[in-house]
Amino acid sequence: MREKNFAPSRILIYLVVSLIAAAWLAPLVVVVLNSLRTNEEIAQASMIGWPKQWAWSNYAAAWSGFCVAETCAGIRPYMLNSALVTIPATIFSTLLGAVAGYAVSLWRFRGDSWIYGIVTLGLFLPQQMRLLPWTIVLRDTGLMNTLTGLVVIHTIQGLSFTVLFCRNYYTAIPQDLIRAARIDGAGFFRIFWRIILPLSPPILVVTVIWQFTHIWNEFLYGVTFTTGQQQPVTAALIALSAAVADIPQHGVQSAAVMIAALPTLLIYLIGGKYFVRGLTAGAVK
Amino acid sequence: MTIAIPTRPGRSAVSDVVRRLPEYLTIWVPLLLSAAHLIAFSLWTIWISFTPSTLVPVSGWVGLRNYSSVAASRNWQIALDNLLLFGIAFVLLSLATGLILAILLDQRIRGENLLRSIFLYPLAVSFVVTGTVWSWLLNPGLGVQKLVRDLGWTSFRFDWLIDRDMAIWTIVIAAIWQSSGFAMALFLAGLRSVDADLIKAAQIDGAGPIRMYRRVILPTLWPITITVIVIQLQFAISTFDLVRALTNGGPGIATQLPALVVYDLMFQRSLLGRGAAAAVLMLLILLAVLLPYAGWRYVQRRRAIHA
Repeated sequence: MREKNFAPSRILIYLVVSLIAAAWLAPLVVVVLNSLRTNEEIAQASMIGWPKQWAWSNYAAAWSGFCVAETCAGIRPYMLNSALVTIPATIFSTLLGAVAGYAVSLWRFRGDSWIYGIVTLGLFLPQQMRLLPWTIVLRDTGLMNTLTGLVVIHTIQGLSFTVLFCRNYYTAIPQDLIRAARIDGAGFFRIFWRIILPLSPPILVVTVIWQFTHIWNEFLYGVTFTTGQQQPVTAALIALSAAVADIPQHGVQSAAVMIAALPTLLIYLIGGKYFVRGLTAGAVK
Repeated sequence: MTIAIPTRPGRSAVSDVVRRLPEYLTIWVPLLLSAAHLIAFSLWTIWISFTPSTLVPVSGWVGLRNYSSVAASRNWQIALDNLLLFGIAFVLLSLATGLILAILLDQRIRGENLLRSIFLYPLAVSFVVTGTVWSWLLNPGLGVQKLVRDLGWTSFRFDWLIDRDMAIWTIVIAAIWQSSGFAMALFLAGLRSVDADLIKAAQIDGAGPIRMYRRVILPTLWPITITVIVIQLQFAISTFDLVRALTNGGPGIATQLPALVVYDLMFQRSLLGRGAAAAVLMLLILLAVLLPYAGWRYVQRRRAIHA
């Protein structure tokens, strides 16, 4: 095997793969470098270049200094909004999805496969089909332009994914285990707590990572149902680009983009394996 | 199959239901909320699409008038043309890129995990972020064109972002970059699950690496290929964030896509009836892709059971 590594065809493979990998990394490298260049330096040269002086102050300005629309508090408030929407919605949709996934896969009840089938339709139904009804529901319940409204939306809509993930995972647990526990007198919650939950960490990690990434990155609902100070960070970034169109501050903007991307990038770095598992689990639905 | 558990003697059916109420609520409330919102909201949007609603939803019946005015609008026609071009170009190119990457990574190379992470990381980042970054890179006054000109090649042109005819290709580029990794991951899983005996048999027959891929390995990948095509098409049909951040539909309306038309009609022009009609049309386009796929999956599953 060893001499094979030096064959010309092997070198060619490594060369091609490295080139493509470099192209894939290029956008990230460009933003990271730009986030450390001054606005003036970028304006004189181009977006692609090595920092002449390291402008760490871009991050401070992006975090709490520059102005989006009329407020000058950086993207900190919007990051906080995104966290306040993403964390509760991730927890709620994962917990409810785990219980419901257990109910449809192991507990079984009349109509379970029907309702499961309908719930998973949510994977396909375009968001656009739900925009107007959500608008009306949020307005009538007083949740329009609130973070609570976004938490409700993401929790209910996230169920389609979380129920699918958990159900597919739990079907591998033998039904006899549940049957035996029921004969011993264990009820729905006891079985969930004592048998199902201890077996669940692998799928819960996949679900949490998937939900967190998706809700954090979501844009359409954020921009439709919130305005101004209530917007999540994705919507705020678009507002920022529009606001600074006349006098671009690409250094600070790059820092803002990096900060907004950081939570999901970090999660990907730490739990990439689980993220990919979610990605492919959704594909074989 | 439901397991019948006999109720304990001495308890009436009513008290049994009361006792098990928390269980019923926990099972049914989330599932019903999810299922009911999907069905009710879809029907609601379909209903609005047949009403003369503008700023607020109103009752009334205008038949297919909203549909005909959406279909006749220039905005929608351009969006459909773009979707056709974007859908085909993006799906074919990301399929090809994903397959090439998967085959390269399958050559037992060092650093496979690192490389796989590199090709997949764009999927963890929001389209708003990547769209913004690509809008800088592709901006002729800021990005690649500026760089190459500064290096001395002053006649270099790469201004697709502001070119009406080419702007849609900037979205193709960004979308390929963002989601080829997904195709790669699925293809790689497929390549790894090819029957080892099959490969051994072909090796004994003296098949070289290229012949091996063409004749033995790739033919086993076609079910995965269809899945990838359908998922990527589904993504293409509902593309919104990426375009919003990259071109915002411009220059002019050159990169308009159905999802942007829906948003524009609903929330910028306050033509709810027409917006809903455009959303339903989007759903129909999606169904035109998904229903044949569902039928194919059904046949496959039947065959697997009977085989």
